[in-house]
Amino acid sequence: MVTLAIESLYISTRGSPVSNPKRGGSLNSTKKIRVLVAKPGLDGHDRGAKVVARALRDAGMEVIYTGLRQTPEMIVRAAIDESVDCIGLSILSGAHMALFPKVMELLKKEDADDILVVGGGIIPEDDVPGLKKTGIAEIFGPGTPLESIIEYIQSHVRT
Amino acid sequence: MDDLERLRKGEKRWTESTLGKALRTHPERIEEFKTISGVPLKRFYTPTDVSSLEYESDLGFPGEFPYTRGVQPTMYRGRLWTMRQYSGFATAKETNERFRFLLEQGQTGLSVAFDLPTQIGYDSDNELARGEVGKVGVAIDTLSDMEVLFHSIPLDKVSTSMTINAPASVLLAMYIAVAEKQGVPMNKLRGTIQNDILKEFVARGTYIFPPAPSMRLITDIFAFCGEHLPLFNTISISGYHIREAGSTAIQEVAFTIANGIAYVEAAMKAGLDVDAFAPRLSFFFGSHSDFFEEVAKFRAARRLWARIMKGHFGAKEERSLMMRFHTQTAGCTLTAQQPDNNVVRVTLQALQAVLGGTQSLHTNSRDEALSLPTRDSVQIALRTQQIIAHESGVADTIDPLAGSYFIESLTNEIETGALKYIKEIDSMGGSPNAIERGYIQREIHESAYEFQRDVDRKRRIVVGVNEFIADETQTFDYLKVDPKSEEEQISRLMKVRDTRNEQDVEEALDLLRAASEGSENLMPAILAAVKVYATLGEICGVLRSVFGEYKAPDIL
Amino acid sequence: MSVDELVEGVLAGKRRSLARLLSLIEDEDVRAPKALSQLYRHTGRAHIVGVTGPPGSGKSTLVTQITKELRRRKKTVGIICVDPSSPFSGGALLGDRIRMQEHALDDDVYVRSMGTRGHLGGLARSTAEAVRAVDAFGKDVILVETVGAGQSEVEIIELAHTVVVTDVPGSGDDIQAIKAGIMEIADIFVVNKSDLEGAERKGAEINAMLETDIREKPWRPPVLLTNARTGEGVAELVDKISEHISCLRDSGLLEERGLQRSRDELEQMMEYKLTHQLLTELRGRPEYNEAIVRIAKRNEDPYTVAEKLVMDFLLKYREDAG
Ligand SMILES: Nc1nc2c(ncn2[C@@H]2O[C@H](COP(=O)(O)OP(=O)(O)OP(=O)(O)O)[C@@H](O)[C@H]2O)c(=O)[nH]1
Ligand SMILES: [Mg+2]
Repeated sequence: MVTLAIESLYISTRGSPVSNPKRGGSLNSTKKIRVLVAKPGLDGHDRGAKVVARALRDAGMEVIYTGLRQTPEMIVRAAIDESVDCIGLSILSGAHMALFPKVMELLKKEDADDILVVGGGIIPEDDVPGLKKTGIAEIFGPGTPLESIIEYIQSHVRT
Repeated sequence: MDDLERLRKGEKRWTESTLGKALRTHPERIEEFKTISGVPLKRFYTPTDVSSLEYESDLGFPGEFPYTRGVQPTMYRGRLWTMRQYSGFATAKETNERFRFLLEQGQTGLSVAFDLPTQIGYDSDNELARGEVGKVGVAIDTLSDMEVLFHSIPLDKVSTSMTINAPASVLLAMYIAVAEKQGVPMNKLRGTIQNDILKEFVARGTYIFPPAPSMRLITDIFAFCGEHLPLFNTISISGYHIREAGSTAIQEVAFTIANGIAYVEAAMKAGLDVDAFAPRLSFFFGSHSDFFEEVAKFRAARRLWARIMKGHFGAKEERSLMMRFHTQTAGCTLTAQQPDNNVVRVTLQALQAVLGGTQSLHTNSRDEALSLPTRDSVQIALRTQQIIAHESGVADTIDPLAGSYFIESLTNEIETGALKYIKEIDSMGGSPNAIERGYIQREIHESAYEFQRDVDRKRRIVVGVNEFIADETQTFDYLKVDPKSEEEQISRLMKVRDTRNEQDVEEALDLLRAASEGSENLMPAILAAVKVYATLGEICGVLRSVFGEYKAPDIL
Repeated sequence: MSVDELVEGVLAGKRRSLARLLSLIEDEDVRAPKALSQLYRHTGRAHIVGVTGPPGSGKSTLVTQITKELRRRKKTVGIICVDPSSPFSGGALLGDRIRMQEHALDDDVYVRSMGTRGHLGGLARSTAEAVRAVDAFGKDVILVETVGAGQSEVEIIELAHTVVVTDVPGSGDDIQAIKAGIMEIADIFVVNKSDLEGAERKGAEINAMLETDIREKPWRPPVLLTNARTGEGVAELVDKISEHISCLRDSGLLEERGLQRSRDELEQMMEYKLTHQLLTELRGRPEYNEAIVRIAKRNEDPYTVAEKLVMDFLLKYREDAG
């Protein structure tokens, strides 16, 4: 049977309505961090993106992966529709200076720049300050442990 | 009691007494030793580990079946491997300059990297090409760019390898057309096109068309080259990208050979005789970081391919049985941290490839984890090969590691492991089906994830990354592609569009459309279109509209 | 964002407002039911279509094709795709969206992915409410893709007006599974991947199985073949989907089901409210805990105690009211 709720009281048809004290109690009791892992541009190297997606899943996040060849417009639309807390962008082709700022620009335009945006891939250190200036919160270079990425997201998403 | 029996007894005694004593006072560093691919390692190997090995049938002699010891009778004593550095960036003009620099430095073959829009069949002014033009390779929109790319390079003297897949026919056609302008006939052209779409589906992502028309384009190339370009390698069946995507060594061999089987089957189904095209099939592997495993991998792959071509496909020509391959040192092992260390990694990996009998080799430059390599870095990488070739002496003896109990045992193990996968894939109806189901992608992804977790947990040490870390700021002089080159390329393209004969182009594209709707060989129509300066994007656009576009089964 | 702003935004067709509301719903935030109660009278207009079937049978691809066809017919579309959450980490990889890129920038299509967050039955606990929100947002058709575990995904019939069950050509072993359960929930059968061998045969097998059901019904589930890669057969499928809702409407079943659903929902909520109030009142009282101890020690029995507590509770309210 489908379940519907009123006020903060949620019903599960399986088990007693108040059997789970966590539910219906405090605010945001089942809040999950949602992350969009996106590959802007044309490069097809998604090993890193997929490994990170998997690691975030294993850390309890909901990860939306949209596949290869995403335009900045598509990424921003998906991020908004899916109400994500964080966007992870990965580029290995060197097109980051063109595409990352474009994503940031569109987010601002949509009034969605409260979303935490992080990047990864092959990104020379010289480019990092410029990217951060556009609003990218952090760039994770090659060799970053998965654990650092997870911790960063957990501690930096808006709550 | 025979010799092996005696040995086994001896080993048992050793284990109980000598080893036991040693372990009590000096325990081993870790509990379980494994190759980087997860093959369990014994402490040491003895004749008992290779007792099933039959010298003549399993190893044979150089240049003879099953080619375990190499595909040529004299190997590097006759001719050294081809030192071939993959390069290409920005515009055709700049890449041409880099090519000429490399040839002057003693490089013996060219290898062209194309930018992503070119690899995916978009012109530089396409909306989707934004920011990508000239980034990972050279941008080619029309024959005019190709003319610049090979300016002053005699195409009858060099062999050229092109990393191009989905639109391989178009770039090959441009190459033929440039040669013709230089007065070089097709049948003199030497080189390789990658043309391996199956690994694009599983690992590299620069696909355009769905599997069936993709396979048609490939077999059309086989047929066309069989007739007109007898010296050209029509495909480079690539394990490199599969390995880079995170597979193990066994998976690299297995999935590459499974793809190879699929191409052979497709060509035979298209009516070609196996010995008419198989001699021009070539392969491409990575050289990763586990020294002995890699050497064994190359040997195992060669043996397995020969056995399959002979036993399963009934190929008769010697060249049909030979797995000739190019090797590149593994890009994924390069670290952004302490980049000079990469020179050492690359040296070891290059050595593995040579000990494994490669036909040509690309050595990565130390800065490639960060960006495209600078001239200095490329020079060190090339010098690395030259030192191995001329100073180390390893090139003077054929297959020098053969007969090592360990190497032979590992070679067997990789061959058996790969064969198991190939059978599994076969039971799914071959690699195109297995790819369709996401099976191959999933296997690779599992390995990639495992590996990353091992590194994170320090079960694998990566120097400078999770151990022996140094405080550093990058002091490298990177090669940056000037953002202006995108504009320049677009204006070049505009100029070509303005000066060519539009009617010729339209006619050629119409003929191409008709040909692609039918079943004739597409190469002549593509060749005709590039000659009248139809753009890559226009040609692929026609094919897109007829064939549709591939949607990846993206498995997570 | 306040509840009122949220409601206003949703009714004005702002994607961000809908997106925010959907998150509140999923996160079981107290504001969600408040917003939904305001939106309720704007719902009930969308045609809700469920798409269920075994993993990899092409549900997402088919949903994309159905959307394309609906767009051709000038309908606006909402899509909700449910993927399983990991029982270990609680996280989820939501991958259905990958297949829906074709509509990525169409303003008249809204796609949202949900993890089950531990709920069984093929949907997330909050999917029904999410659908309600998208309904209020004004989409003509809402497509709901279930998890696709292939089993016991019966919740979708409670939610959708029309349920499409997908299958693929193959062994035919799954005919048994279909018989066992899914058959009951399908309004339309689709044998997808009709480009593969054995599609016709599979269709015939399902048809034969349907023949064995001789009950009198206003709607007999049709069996269609589709190729979701190319869109072949999808126009027919969309025809059948609209025929089905017309049939429900004409036969009075739609209204009947609507009443049934409203009753179920109301009763569920009341049941919940009552139980919740009762328990809130009792818990924490020493005599309640003492009673539990006595039951455990077999000094009293739960039957009598329950009866007494509920009667006392009701009587007290009667007095309060009187
Ligand atoms: N040959 C063929 N392949 C199809 C067809 N429809 C879908 N596929 C492919 O089947 C694979 C799975 O498709 P999805 O749409 O993801 O299937 P799904 O049922 O949504 O999968 P889950 O959500 O994971 O349960 C993809 O590779 C699709 O391209 C079809 O009609 N013919
Ligand atoms: Mg799906």
